[in-house]
Amino acid sequence: MTIAAATHRTSMGLDSRKMAFWAFIGSECLLFGSLISTYLVYKGRSVVGPYPHDILNIPFTSVSTFDLLMSSLMMVLALAAVQRGDLKWAKVWLVATALLGIFFLSGQVYEFTSFVREGLTLQTNLFGATFFVLTGTHGAHVTVGVVWLLTLWVRALQGQLTAANAVTVEICGLYWHFVDVIWIVIFTVVYLIQ
Amino acid sequence: MSRLKRLMSWLTTTDHKRIGLLYFYTAFVFFLVGGLEALFIRAQLAQPDGHVVSAETFNQLFTMHGTTMVFLALMPLTASFFNYIVPLQIGARDVAFPRLNAFSYWVFVLGALLMNASWFTGPLFHAGRLNVAPDAGWFGYANLTSRQYSPGPNIDFWLLGLQILGVSSLAAGFNFIVTILNLRAPGMKMMRLPVFSWMTLVTSFLIITAFPVITVALVLLMFDRFFGTHFYLTSAGGDPVLWQHLFWIFGHPEVYILILPAMGIVSEVLPTFARKPLFGYTVVVYSGVLIGFMGWGVWSHHMFSVGLGPIADSVFSATTMLIAVPTGVKIFNWLATLWGGQLRFTTAMLFAIGFIALFTIGGLSGVTHASPPADLQQTDTYYVVAHIHYVLFGGTIFGLFAGMYYWWPKMTGRLLSETLGKWHFALVFVGMNLAFFPMHLIGLLGMPRRIYTYSPDLGVSTLNLVSTIGAFLIGVGVLVFIWNVWRTRTRGQTAGNDPWGGATLEWTISSPPPVHNFDVIPTVASRLPRWTKTQLKAIPEGAKLAEIHVPGGSIWPLVTALGLPVLALAPLSHRLPFAFVGATIILLGIFRWAFEPFEA
Amino acid sequence: MQQPSTDEHPVVQHAHPTAGVYLRVATILVILTVIEVGVFYVPAFHSILVPALLLLSAVKFTLVVMFYMHLKMDSRFFTFLFGGPLLLGLGMTMGLMFLFGAFALRR
Repeated sequence: MTIAAATHRTSMGLDSRKMAFWAFIGSECLLFGSLISTYLVYKGRSVVGPYPHDILNIPFTSVSTFDLLMSSLMMVLALAAVQRGDLKWAKVWLVATALLGIFFLSGQVYEFTSFVREGLTLQTNLFGATFFVLTGTHGAHVTVGVVWLLTLWVRALQGQLTAANAVTVEICGLYWHFVDVIWIVIFTVVYLIQ
Repeated sequence: MSRLKRLMSWLTTTDHKRIGLLYFYTAFVFFLVGGLEALFIRAQLAQPDGHVVSAETFNQLFTMHGTTMVFLALMPLTASFFNYIVPLQIGARDVAFPRLNAFSYWVFVLGALLMNASWFTGPLFHAGRLNVAPDAGWFGYANLTSRQYSPGPNIDFWLLGLQILGVSSLAAGFNFIVTILNLRAPGMKMMRLPVFSWMTLVTSFLIITAFPVITVALVLLMFDRFFGTHFYLTSAGGDPVLWQHLFWIFGHPEVYILILPAMGIVSEVLPTFARKPLFGYTVVVYSGVLIGFMGWGVWSHHMFSVGLGPIADSVFSATTMLIAVPTGVKIFNWLATLWGGQLRFTTAMLFAIGFIALFTIGGLSGVTHASPPADLQQTDTYYVVAHIHYVLFGGTIFGLFAGMYYWWPKMTGRLLSETLGKWHFALVFVGMNLAFFPMHLIGLLGMPRRIYTYSPDLGVSTLNLVSTIGAFLIGVGVLVFIWNVWRTRTRGQTAGNDPWGGATLEWTISSPPPVHNFDVIPTVASRLPRWTKTQLKAIPEGAKLAEIHVPGGSIWPLVTALGLPVLALAPLSHRLPFAFVGATIILLGIFRWAFEPFEA
Repeated sequence: MQQPSTDEHPVVQHAHPTAGVYLRVATILVILTVIEVGVFYVPAFHSILVPALLLLSAVKFTLVVMFYMHLKMDSRFFTFLFGGPLLLGLGMTMGLMFLFGAFALRR
C-alpha cells in the first residue's frame, strides 16, 4: 500500500485534481466577474473619445471568435483521441488547438496595436483602461493555455501521453474551454452590445 | 542529521504537520510585530498631544497594524490549524496536494517579508527616512492610494504584498476544499465531520470566491499607479467608490474568513470540556454555511456614509440585521452545550467561554452599525475600532488561543502549563476589556480614528489612558504565553494520545503523530468516534499492518514561490529585468514541479 | 450543497460524447455566432438587440460548458463547484450595476 490516497481512494469517487480545477474555475468566474463588472459600471463614462462604436471592428473580432470556437472543437477531439489511446491524432489535435490559440493571440496583438495607432491607449479614457485590462487579462489566460497545450504536445511527441493519464489533457481542456466561454461573454458584452 | 540536512528537510517538507508548525511560528512572529505596532499607537495616544511618533509614522503604524493582524497573523494562524488538525480530524494521511500546501506557506512568508521590508528600505528609494511602510489604512481607500497623493513606494509595498498573499490564500483554499471533500476516512460522512473541519471548508469556499475580487481591485490600482490609467480618478470619469465596493465585496467575506475558523475551534473545545456532544450540531453547521453565504450580501454596510441612496441603504441594512440571526443561533447552541455539562475550566475552556462573551458584545455593537442613521454617527470613530477589536480580538484571537491550549499537546506532545495559562487568560481578558471597552465611549464622544493626536479639551484623555493601560496588559499576557511555550519545551508534562478525553479522530493517535498519521486508516461509524460505545482505537483488532510509503519532499514549491517577490521587485523598483528573472524562476519552478517524480 | 456520499469509490471516468456530438455542437455554436453578428447588423432588430444577444451568448456558454466541459455527463458536484461561484459573480455584477445607476429609469 502506498500513501497515494489522492488518486486511488477518494471519498466522493471524483478525481482530486479535477475537483481542484473546477474550484479554480469557480474562482476565475469571480475574477472575470469583477473585471466585467468594472467594464459595465464604467460604460459610457469616458469623458473623451474614442468611444467603443468609433473603434471596435466587428468583422475582425467575429473571425477571432470563430477561431476560438474551432480551437475548442480541436481540444475536445484531442481529448477523445487521448482517451482512446490514439497518440497520432492526439498530437495533431493538440498542436492544432495551440496554433488556433496563437492565431487568436496574433489577432489580439494586431487589434491592440491598431487601436493604439487610432488613439486609444490605456491612458486615453475609461473605455481604453477597462477594455485593455479586461481583454488583456483574457489574452494572458490564452497565452498560459497555449504554453500548456504545447507542453502536452511535447509530452505526446515523447510518447508520454497515454489513456491512463488522459485526465491531464482533460484538465487542460477544462481550462481552454473556460477561456473560450469567457470570450463568448466578452464578445457579446464588449463588442456587440455597444 | 547534519545541520544543513535538517534545514533542507524543512525547506522541502510537504508534511502537513510540519507546514502547520511553520505556519504557526511564522504567523505568531507577525502577531508579535502587529502587537508591537499597536503598543506604539497606544503609547502615542496615552495622553493628549503625544510625541512618541510622528504623524507620518503613526499613519504607517495603524495601516501596518491592521494589515499585519488580518493577513499576516490571524489568517495564517487559522491556516496553521487547518494544516495540522484537519487531515487528522478527517482521518487522512496528508492534504490532497502536499506540494501546493508547501507553496502556500512559502508564498505567505515571502509576501509578508516583502511587505514588512518597507519598514527599513526608505534609503533605497531616496525617501529621506528609514520607514516607508504603507500608510493609507488597512482598506486603502482610493485617492489616498493614488500616485498623486502618495508618490512614494509605501502603497506599492502594500498592494504588491497583498497580491502575493492572495496567491497563498487561494492555493490553500483549493487544497482544503478538495482535502475535506475527497480525503475523508471511510464512514466519515459530511454530517459526521467535526465542526472545525466544516468551518474550514466554508472558509475555503469564501477564500476562493472573495480573493479574486480584491485581486481585481488591486490590479486596477496597480494600473493607476504604474501605467497612468484613471480607474479611481473622478476628473477622468472614474469613481473612487468603485474601490470601496470591490474592497468590501472582498472585505466582508474576509470578516467571516477570520471568524468562522475560531467558531469551529470553540465548537470543538466546548463539548470536550463539558463532556457533552455539541448541542444542535446540524444547526451549527448549517448556520456556518448560511453565514458564509449571507456574508456576500452585506458589503455596503461599510459604506453607508457614501450616500448610496435609500434603496441600497435599506437593503444592506436589512441583510446586515438578518446575518445576525445565524450568528445568534450559534451562540445559543454553545450556551446549550454548556448547560448541564460536567464543566472543566481548563485554559482552553476559559478562552472558549471568553470568546462567547466577548464575541457577543462585538456582535451586538455590530448590529448597531446596521442602522444607517446610527452608523453615520459611528463611522470613522473609535466606536468602530472598539467593534472590530471585540470581534477580532475577543472573537478570533480568543478562539485561536483556545485552539492553541487545546491542540498544543497534540502538536508537540507536551501540555502547556495550566497555571501560567490561567495567568495568561486573566491578563488578556482584563487587558482586552480595559483596552477596547473605553473605545466605545471615546468614539461616541467624537474622537475620530486614525488621527495621530488629540486635544485635552476633547475630554477623552482619561479614557485613552485606560485604553493604553489595557493594551499593555494584553502585552504582558502574551509574554506570559511565550514563557509558557518556552518552558513547555523541556518541562511540560507529557501529553499521551488524549489528554483531554476528546471525541474526534486526532486523539486516537500519538502526540505528536507519526509522519504518516494513522497506522491504519480508521473506519468511522459515528460523529463522536471516541465517545461511542465501541471506542475507536488506533489499531483495530485483527487489522493487517501494511507498509506505508511516505513521499519525499520537494524544493520546487519554494523555488516557484521565490519567483513572486522577484517579479514584484520590477514595479517596486521600476526596473523591468526583475520581471523577466521572476517569470523565469516561476516557469522553471512550475515545470520542474510538474515533471518531478512525486507520489502524492 | 449536495450531500456527497462517503463510501469508498474507485475513481470512475464518466463516458464522454463521441466526435459526432462534438461536431454537431460546434456547428450550432458557429450558427449562433453568425446569428449574433447578423442581429448586430440588421436595424430591424435594434429594439431587442440587448436581450437577444444576451440570450444567444448564454446559450453558447451553456453548450460549451455542458458538452465540451462535460458537465452534462460528469458529476453534479462539479456543476455546483462551477455554478455556485458563477451565480455569485452574476449577482455581484447585477448588484454593482444597480449601485452605479445602470438600471435607473430615465426621467
